[in-house]
Amino acid sequence: MSRGRGAVDPKRVSSELFSLTYGCMVAQLLKDFENPEEVNKQLETMGYNIGVRLIDDFLAHSPSVTRCSTLEEVAEVLCKQGFKMFLGIVPEVRNWSSAKDEFSLVITENPLAEYVELPPHCQDCLWYSNIICGVIRGALEMVQMDVKCSFVGDTLRGNDSTEIRIKFVKILEDSLPAGED
Amino acid sequence: MSKDEENKLVYGMLHSLKSFVGRISPDTSDAFQSYQTNNYRLTMYETPSGVKFVMNTSLELPLQATRDILHSLYKEVYVEYAVKNHMLSLQTPINSDLFKDKLEAFIHSKMRE
Repeated sequence: MSRGRGAVDPKRVSSELFSLTYGCMVAQLLKDFENPEEVNKQLETMGYNIGVRLIDDFLAHSPSVTRCSTLEEVAEVLCKQGFKMFLGIVPEVRNWSSAKDEFSLVITENPLAEYVELPPHCQDCLWYSNIICGVIRGALEMVQMDVKCSFVGDTLRGNDSTEIRIKFVKILEDSLPAGED
Repeated sequence: MSKDEENKLVYGMLHSLKSFVGRISPDTSDAFQSYQTNNYRLTMYETPSGVKFVMNTSLELPLQATRDILHSLYKEVYVEYAVKNHMLSLQTPINSDLFKDKLEAFIHSKMRE
């Protein structure tokens, strides 16, 4: 599936470069912070900062999407449109809680983790793709939804599947800036 | 009126109008879109993420065309040159020459149509 080198669309970057860049970043974070728990937090924070902006990119390119009224809608849009648009994958939505306020996203092929093997000291505590949790939390916060988002399994750690658990906390009310009534 | 005062006025008015419109309407998800006088129309385009674009135009331009322009502005100028620039804070007035230039170029190109 190759075109002439000169015909590459400048807006597209090879997915290998993307995985390499991400891997390099995680490796550097591990070197800088040494503690995998701290790296998890850093990745989540970075993801959050990306998410609060990525939501506008997503909404601008999906004019048909309006405010979701149920968590089921959110899950649907998140997987079928959000993930599809930015990572080219469509995770499966599973394991709804009985109160319908929690669900899991199961990712079969994770583009971030291509060619990656975790070193032994990280096997039990690093969530390699934790940036994704931050992105989801940041993006949903901008549409007034407070959620808790975390990994519960990762094939990189030897688990059966790569699974993110998303729990709805509350709707955020629009707050007026100070000085307005 | 200074820019600051004008901005506060517009923001306050839009906030009140939005809540008023929602309450009076039979459908609570109804949203304020524009108001019109003899001389101009003020159109507001609000994204689900809460970003509001407000534009005052003459009456000749149809409402839907104005909303389309505002959506294009969101997609082609705001997202590209403000959102995607992590060095730029979105919580304070946007202070970027690149953004201002692209915005002006966008408006001029729309005016020529």
